Amino acid sequence: MIIAQQKELAEIQDMITPYGKILLVGCGTCMTFCSAGGPGEVDKLAEELISENKNILVEKSNIPRQCSIKFVKRLENKVADYEAILSMACGNGVQAVASRFPEKPVLPALNTQFIGIKEEPGTWIEMCMACGDCILWRTGGICPVTRCAKGLLNGACGGASEGMCEVSKDRPCAWQEIYHGLKRLNMLHYLKGKPQVKDWPIHPGRVIREDLREVEAT
Amino acid sequence: MSFRQALESGKFLVTAEVGPGKGTDVEHLLKDAAIIKDRVDAVNVTDLQSSVMRLGSMAVCHLLTDIGVDPVFQVTCRDRNRLALQSDLLSAWVLGIRNMLALTGDHPVLGDHPQAKPVFELDSVTLLEVIGKLNSGSDMAGNELKGAPEFLCGAVVNPGADNEAAMDLQIMKMEKKIEAGAKFFQTQGVYDLDAFEKFMKRIEGFNTKVLGGIILLKSVGMARFMNKNVAGVFVPEPLIQKLKDAEDKSQACIDIAVELIKGMKNLCDGVHIMALGWESKIPLILDKVGL
Repeated sequence: MIIAQQKELAEIQDMITPYGKILLVGCGTCMTFCSAGGPGEVDKLAEELISENKNILVEKSNIPRQCSIKFVKRLENKVADYEAILSMACGNGVQAVASRFPEKPVLPALNTQFIGIKEEPGTWIEMCMACGDCILWRTGGICPVTRCAKGLLNGACGGASEGMCEVSKDRPCAWQEIYHGLKRLNMLHYLKGKPQVKDWPIHPGRVIREDLREVEAT
Repeated sequence: MSFRQALESGKFLVTAEVGPGKGTDVEHLLKDAAIIKDRVDAVNVTDLQSSVMRLGSMAVCHLLTDIGVDPVFQVTCRDRNRLALQSDLLSAWVLGIRNMLALTGDHPVLGDHPQAKPVFELDSVTLLEVIGKLNSGSDMAGNELKGAPEFLCGAVVNPGADNEAAMDLQIMKMEKKIEAGAKFFQTQGVYDLDAFEKFMKRIEGFNTKVLGGIILLKSVGMARFMNKNVAGVFVPEPLIQKLKDAEDKSQACIDIAVELIKGMKNLCDGVHIMALGWESKIPLILDKVGL
């Protein structure tokens, strides 16, 4: 899932300064699972904004996914009454809402961090950079593009100390994890394969599925 | 004799290194290089060492060629994508630089601009492959070059990796670097000759030259700092004690380096001395070991 964190309250207050009537919208999928923009966080943020500014009107709304136009449409009959939409979605959701309501300022209440998982309560870790060319089959199910701080594809750099990365002692060396993973699977020979260079896709990305385009056209 | 000729001659090699400073003042650096120039086979010039923004390696390498030093252009993959790396290598060649050392590079977060975007598009292995291509007359995309370089390429290895996984990974990468064209290796600083001997046994038969790393041990504080913060460097307690007990620290530093180099003479193909500003002590050290 996508992991995000709420912005500092001061920054959110800064963003909403020009507006008296705010529609605060939560997101029911990733943002709920990562405890950044679910119904609980929507309630809490609304309370905080009102307690800081009694004159502000905050209407709360929660939709299953802000990244889906189907669900964003549910906001249509509410939006007209508010001066701005404060979105508790990831950057994807914020932009989907903004594209649906181009006449309204859509403000991000969160900072989107990464695609990742919950490692333990209160800790999330990045797992995938959506690089467009998955090599997990030969790296023991551990992504070096994402989990090696340098994104190295052909082995460790030599900066690790006691199994931890040079960038921070709380991050394991991905290549040592890959080594252990492949060893368990009896697949260490994958480490000796031909050196790889990553060819980066063009951003912004675009996926085109001709088969599906035809179906929808007919 | 050029570094390439020295390497091919089979003699015991001696290289040193200088680190460009922050700013345009090169007076000290050139003075240090001049002191050692007749005693070493080549002088490495570091590339924004420790990810600290400094004067660049290529310009300093070029200045070294002016005073008769054969420089080794250190190139990391931290700051340049494939376009910039290839272009800088061609530029280095036309400026008279003949040797290069391929490194991954430290992460920017360790340096003085920690917010910088890390590049690492190529790594030390694929950088060596790309230089091999440039040497053979084409770029990474297969386009023909009008005039090709003939770089002598080297790489680094850390013989002090601190666990089995790290060591196996170092060796596997070393093999890939040799395959990709590394004709010599300069190692991370070595203080434990027994451990280094084990490492050399493990890589017996590898078709390359190994120059053992000597970091001049300037103080007890430096030893403790490296033990805590520099991956793969381990200064054993007896050496630290020796330095602590010595009345003349500078003499003890020289004695330690002399012992290490003497030990390495039978283990590997040369030494790479990292003097960290104490370049003036290198001639005396080499006198004492008869190099």
